[in-house]
Amino acid sequence: MARVAGAAGLAIEIQLIPGPTDMQIKPILSALRHHKSGTLLIALQIALTLAIVCNALFIIQGRIQRLSRPTGIAESELMVVNNKWVGRLTDAPARQAADLATVRALPGVADAYVTNAFPLIGSGWQSGIRRSPTEKNLDSGTAVYFVDDHALSTLGVKLVAGRNFRSDEIGSLEENGSPDAPTIIVTRALAQSLYPDSEALGKLIYIGTSDARPSTIVGIVEHLQSPETGAGEDDRWKNVILVPMRLTSAGAFFVIRAKPAQLQTLLKTVPTALKANSTRRVIPEPHGVITFAQIRDMAYRGDRGLAWMMGGISAILLVVTAAGIVGLTSFWVGQRRRQIGIRRALGATRRDIVMYFLTENILISVGGIVGGVVLALVLNRWMMMEFETARLAAIYIVIAAFILLALGQLAVLAPALRASRVPPVEATRTV
Amino acid sequence: MFGYYLQLGLRSLRRNPMLTALMIVVIGVGVAASMTTYAVFRATSGDPIPQKSSQLYIAQVDNYGPESPGAEPLRWLTWRDSMALMQARQAKRQTALYPIGVSVLSDDPSKLAYPVRGYAVFTDMFPMFDVPFLYGGPWSAEDDEARARVVVIGKDLNDRVFGGVNSVGREIDLDGTNFRVVGVTARWDARPRFFDLDVQKGFGDLGDLYMPFARSIADQQPTQGGNTCNLPSGPGWDNFIRSECVFVSFWAELPDVASADRYLRFLHDYSNEQRSAGRFRWDPNVRLRNVMEWLSYRRVVPPEARMSLVIASAFLLICLVNTIGLLLAKFMRRAPEIGVRRALGASRRAIYAQFLIEAASVGLAGGLLGIVLTGVGMMGIGLVFDPAIAKLAHMNLSLLLLTVAVALVSTLIAAFYPTWRASQVQPAWQLKSN
Repeated sequence: MARVAGAAGLAIEIQLIPGPTDMQIKPILSALRHHKSGTLLIALQIALTLAIVCNALFIIQGRIQRLSRPTGIAESELMVVNNKWVGRLTDAPARQAADLATVRALPGVADAYVTNAFPLIGSGWQSGIRRSPTEKNLDSGTAVYFVDDHALSTLGVKLVAGRNFRSDEIGSLEENGSPDAPTIIVTRALAQSLYPDSEALGKLIYIGTSDARPSTIVGIVEHLQSPETGAGEDDRWKNVILVPMRLTSAGAFFVIRAKPAQLQTLLKTVPTALKANSTRRVIPEPHGVITFAQIRDMAYRGDRGLAWMMGGISAILLVVTAAGIVGLTSFWVGQRRRQIGIRRALGATRRDIVMYFLTENILISVGGIVGGVVLALVLNRWMMMEFETARLAAIYIVIAAFILLALGQLAVLAPALRASRVPPVEATRTV
Repeated sequence: MFGYYLQLGLRSLRRNPMLTALMIVVIGVGVAASMTTYAVFRATSGDPIPQKSSQLYIAQVDNYGPESPGAEPLRWLTWRDSMALMQARQAKRQTALYPIGVSVLSDDPSKLAYPVRGYAVFTDMFPMFDVPFLYGGPWSAEDDEARARVVVIGKDLNDRVFGGVNSVGREIDLDGTNFRVVGVTARWDARPRFFDLDVQKGFGDLGDLYMPFARSIADQQPTQGGNTCNLPSGPGWDNFIRSECVFVSFWAELPDVASADRYLRFLHDYSNEQRSAGRFRWDPNVRLRNVMEWLSYRRVVPPEARMSLVIASAFLLICLVNTIGLLLAKFMRRAPEIGVRRALGASRRAIYAQFLIEAASVGLAGGLLGIVLTGVGMMGIGLVFDPAIAKLAHMNLSLLLLTVAVALVSTLIAAFYPTWRASQVQPAWQLKSN
């Protein structure tokens, strides 16, 4: 094994290509054969970087898409109070009604209602639903919000068909009760997945267990998000049923809409007013009284963080790869000063020398990119199995490949310019 | 010789400060990224009860019938199935269990009560899960039978209500009823809380209170975990617990594989009995999983933790490939020097030693930088992961040593090829061409 650094000089005669512009690839390939290890290292690094960066871009895009899902509600004007009665009270419904009246009467409150769940809270009630008593359920579970006639105006959700609930339609949900109210409101997305070909308004659906009574769709809202913020790629996050029932269980959320610029005041006055009504309650610290902006912030913290982390790792990776290319290319330039000098002495212009190194880098990069595409697909396949992510779209590979090509050219530019400044007299110095 | 080589190495590193700094930074960043994500992974994938995890089993019995052949039963059991398993006493110890939420009332009526998460359990649970006690101990089997108003509280709750003194025998007001404290547990940070995975995957609020199961059912304490009702049941608590709604976990202590096998057969037989009785209309669909199998089945390690560990490891790999390239460039640039040393009688071994020591000093510096950056990374964990999980991942001595070791070992691995190339330099070539 006698191939040593100096042996690169053997490539001299092949590198001597006449003519100022017709850069040929063959001599470069031949020269690269003498730097197998360095070439392979750069190509390997580009391949690995491409695999990571395009998958990272894909993850970032997925997370951004998820956290920009609209909830469909007037987020900036909403706050939530998590209230739980102490012990099992027989008069819980009456107390809840009194609380609600107190809150609605507070100055600065636009409207309020009590519910079991709302968008982004994370978990809630899910029920199987179907169009006939005997049919299979639409999916594994559709989100159910228990509401009253104030919910739509509190949330600021737009009714696109039918009507709101009437106050005399609000039933009550007993413990272990069924959500099969006679009238319900659904989101437009749910209406469309139930009745793709016809008008859903006025149709019956069956919610919950097999003995469920039919529920008539009396209203359709434009959009309302389900409680989950999970990774599902399908459109289930748009499927919500509003059921007109008061909760009788110990715990419930007061959702309150503030009049303009009143939200911060309400964060203090609402709990005070509730405590004045009764202290036989629990409002947990620290998230018992919270704005919807905070709820959004907490719900997507992980997604945002992962996106930042993937972005950070990709950026550092690109810098590291560029640094590696600069390092090795500089080494090659140092090693080939004599050949460069000879080429210059034989008439090659400085531009030819720069073009030589740029072309060399393109060849290595393309090799690396080809390997990287394979690696990227392997990594994506593995992530699809492990994390149920979607299939990597080709555009991310193209973007990452383009970034790496451009980066390689930029990285190589400085050493190449230095090479082009090697004087022709170098040819005479050491040989 | 070691000192001399170190000196040579350091001199050589000083000669290209940019290149040296680049290598150190690349190694430091690569190691820090992988160590930070590893810390999270370690915190979430650990065995919460290593001394017992292979002996504790959770039972699943399908009471709805599999949707498709081989489909998993639901996570929970019905109240009646869990009671039947309790009464059968087929395991060394056993407990039905579900999470509850109670309000602790203070003597001061102007203050709001505060919520505490707890568990409805049988007394066997304490020795089964090796719950450490500060004061007192578990309640008796008779207390379980008699639905006694007794309670075991955790240290935090004891600190808050009783100022940390031995509160055994004192009364605590839960939801407006007095309970007698029989024991205070030491802080028990078994994470993830393998028997309470339905809220934040066992990384959320640690339950701090234990109440006799039968008392909790009699008090109609709803579950704070999850429940599923696939068949109709009438409204009200009594209908709920007697229905096919599932919400109870059932844990059994089975000291060896043989007893676990026996228990699985028992579950089969139980399921068949229910079939003969006309309740089930399918072949037994039962599962028995020990703690680690249960955690893996429930996918407790957050996908973000595994995903970032993989990405960060790939990142470290790229940093290593980069280091190989940079070291190669650095070492081969010194081919003339190597040629002279070899011609003057240095053996290949000596060249090896010299360059590996030079690389090791780079690795060590990278490791030290890695420690600092890992520290920074730990502060950033809270931005990516759930605060409850972020709290668990922390810097400790083992992580510190691991950081340096990974940096050192990976740099030496990276240095292996460049060093080998350096040792292959032919003295004659170098002397001739210079």
